[in-house]
Amino acid sequence: MLLSSAILEARSARVILSDLILAEEETQAALLEELAESGDQVIAEIYEAWRSGGVYTLSDDSGTRLLLFNEAQEWTLVATGEVVSLSEAEASAVEKERASRAVRKLMKSIVDTLGLKSVDERVRIDAALKLGLSQKPEYIEPLKARLETEPSKNVLKSIREALAISLLVNGEGDEVFGAVKELTSMKSIAARGFLEKLIRAEEKAGRLGSEVVAASSNALLVIEEHINMLEFFGSFFRGFSTGSVLLIVSFGLAITFGLMGIINMAHGEFVAIGGYVTFMVQTFFINTWGLSSSAFGWYFVVSLPLSFLVAAGIGLLLEKSIIRFLYRRPLESLLCTWGISMIMQQCFRLIFGAANVQVNNPTWLMGSLNFGGFNMSYTRLFIMFIALVVVIMTWLLLRKTNLGLHIRAVMQNRGMASSLGIPVARVNSMTFALGCGLAALGGSVLSQIGNVGPLMGQAYIVDSFMVVVIGSVGNLLGAGLSAMGIGLVDQLLQPSLGPVMGKITVFFVIILFLQWRPGGLFPSRSRSLDD
Amino acid sequence: MLSTENKKEIGIFCIVTGLLMLIPMLNAWGPETGTLAVSSFQVSLWGKYLTYAILAMSLNLLWGYTGLLCLCQSLFFALGAYMMGMYLMLMIGDRGAYGSMLPDFMVFLGYQDLPIHWKPFYSFWFTAGAVMWVPGLVALIFGFLAFRSRIKGVYFSILTQALTYACCLLFFRNDFTFGGNNGFTDFKDILGHSLNDPSTTRWLYISSVLLLLATYLITSGLLASKFGKVQQAIRDSENRVLFSGYSTTSFKLVIFGLSAMIAGAAGALYVPQVGGINPSAMEAAKSLEVVVWVAVGGRGTKWGPVIGAILVNLLKSFTTQAFPDYWLIIMGGLFVFVVLMMPDGIVGVYKQAKNKIAQKRSLQTEATV
Repeated sequence: MLLSSAILEARSARVILSDLILAEEETQAALLEELAESGDQVIAEIYEAWRSGGVYTLSDDSGTRLLLFNEAQEWTLVATGEVVSLSEAEASAVEKERASRAVRKLMKSIVDTLGLKSVDERVRIDAALKLGLSQKPEYIEPLKARLETEPSKNVLKSIREALAISLLVNGEGDEVFGAVKELTSMKSIAARGFLEKLIRAEEKAGRLGSEVVAASSNALLVIEEHINMLEFFGSFFRGFSTGSVLLIVSFGLAITFGLMGIINMAHGEFVAIGGYVTFMVQTFFINTWGLSSSAFGWYFVVSLPLSFLVAAGIGLLLEKSIIRFLYRRPLESLLCTWGISMIMQQCFRLIFGAANVQVNNPTWLMGSLNFGGFNMSYTRLFIMFIALVVVIMTWLLLRKTNLGLHIRAVMQNRGMASSLGIPVARVNSMTFALGCGLAALGGSVLSQIGNVGPLMGQAYIVDSFMVVVIGSVGNLLGAGLSAMGIGLVDQLLQPSLGPVMGKITVFFVIILFLQWRPGGLFPSRSRSLDD
Repeated sequence: MLSTENKKEIGIFCIVTGLLMLIPMLNAWGPETGTLAVSSFQVSLWGKYLTYAILAMSLNLLWGYTGLLCLCQSLFFALGAYMMGMYLMLMIGDRGAYGSMLPDFMVFLGYQDLPIHWKPFYSFWFTAGAVMWVPGLVALIFGFLAFRSRIKGVYFSILTQALTYACCLLFFRNDFTFGGNNGFTDFKDILGHSLNDPSTTRWLYISSVLLLLATYLITSGLLASKFGKVQQAIRDSENRVLFSGYSTTSFKLVIFGLSAMIAGAAGALYVPQVGGINPSAMEAAKSLEVVVWVAVGGRGTKWGPVIGAILVNLLKSFTTQAFPDYWLIIMGGLFVFVVLMMPDGIVGVYKQAKNKIAQKRSLQTEATV
């Protein structure tokens, strides 16, 4: 046994366990110690089987083999994890293995603290908090031990928090006070309930004025303040991300409505096209490479430009066939595009069904960035990033390219631009296609945070029109600012008023805002009389 | 002396009245079976179409004659309907599912007393007034804010649509005391007469005809007056009217309020004939549907909206049964077609054709000369 201890390092948890189960009682202690070093999750699984009588030995000519009889009715070798098939005679010759009481007790603490040794930081943090929140005295030792060896800062913080929470109950004298102080400085949200419990317990024991009670009350106040601040920042963050979606969707609208004078009521359906293209790309990736493959993560990267192109193509067709007859008749364009929107909606229903379709997040967009206890999900951060890209690209397109120059010229004076040789008809088609493409980009992004269904665009269309009106028609900077403004106001009002009343309030705020500035944020200065 | 134009108009008016009155007469005295038989169900169905026609006429007053494309007409309609619905709910008394004097949904939501704003609706005459002044008041307040800051054209349409959207969200809420998304239903009687009684159905139908004729007379009267001239001038060029010294804001406000009142009254007649009202009646899409009726029939014509409302709804009844999946596509396609090909609607087709022929002829004569 001693000889082998040098090569123990390399042995897998399965092998150690296998040895442990077969070992005599006096050698088990060493093996248990060795096992405690490993953080392999398989230990929990095998131990559970061992405890409940699912581990068997089979002695034959080749020696003793240890087998696990699992739920799928298969025999697995404990030492390697490989599935073996037994003949009928062998299957009847197996003998059940039982763990002794002493081993069970030690094993339990190993399995419970297994998470602390996991390679995954997230798992270690969760495990530490779970041990701390249980407030059981037997976990204090493993937590303290881990404190010495833990390399990651984040995990260290969680372990300290867990220890402090546990010490609130299990600590002696000054330890409790120290724990309260520690939790105060950490602004631990998880500790709230435990601090309240501590205060109640102290009151019951008649130590109402004690140092600990005062410190705990103070801690509660600090934590409460911290939560309020987090909530406030959370609203801000959500407001920015809502605003970003609104911005992508309404930029398309600002282009068709503001720059071209076309009221595209089918804009929402182009948003839905974006969602459905994303769904189709995802389905294609799943069918070709499978859901768990690494290629699947790329589907979203492919679907973003693809949804833009598909919608731009459909928009181009629409402009060529219908919209171009309506440039002088804005009100009629509203009615006509509404008819188109109904046709498109029904087509979605006929093709994809009336129910929402499921779009999964790629793994690299899951999870969130933790910033001082404040979580920012990657999806929402990514949306903000896309919004920024859209703003920059649109600006570059309008200011730095030939097409942009033409678009601006046509927008200012259609007749003059035409007589100066600008191909007005082509510029119109391109502009309309651009607007539709941006809508679909918005839809593709939306698929990551909302539902994809035939009516997905309808929820955004009214808001987007508001954005364009507030931001002054034809002004992209205004559209950007008002999208962010409406998103922020909406999210800041929601916690206190609820989603519906929040929306209604936003609407009335908009009406009142237009009383003050009828032309929106940046009214265009012109001497021409629009009539 | 009446001009031939006026004579023709009076003639059409009499013919329409006669045709509309045929339905209840056949229902009352006609045969039980055969092609001439009219069931009570059909009477209330046509009554519903007539309320839609009135709604279309009220929108025509705004869109056809004043140039304001209002997308909250269904809101005014639904407001009128809700007012009448409150009266009808209270008339159920203790015959509801819970046997309480409160409407069923209030019992369900745990109300102890009737909310104070429900109390006046025990009176039919108060209700009859409220179906007009409540939508009218909403229109005046919103119109004042909108017209004062010179919101017009497309912006007006978008804001009215947003107003409808906001109100629709509000009425979907359970705590708004208007029944949440189920709205009002299971009415029993009106003014002491059972709603299942064929004679009540006939009277409701006749009231709808009367309201339709009254709306027609109001529209014609307005158009013939100086007020109507200013109104149409605003449609054609608002700035010129403004520069000629007219306050376009007050003109538009009056028309907006009037149109809302008519729509509200139509809604009030709709509820007892259909037997229920819920917030989906004020969805933004419904307002656009009204616009379709007017556009199909003929915007800015006196009978166009009526024809449009009835024809589109007949088509809807037919297609939703025959091809339920394709109704929206047909409706959308019809809309695109009408906007592109028939800017004056069905009523204008004759004139459009006549113009085309005249154009061709003049070209031919030019060629021969």
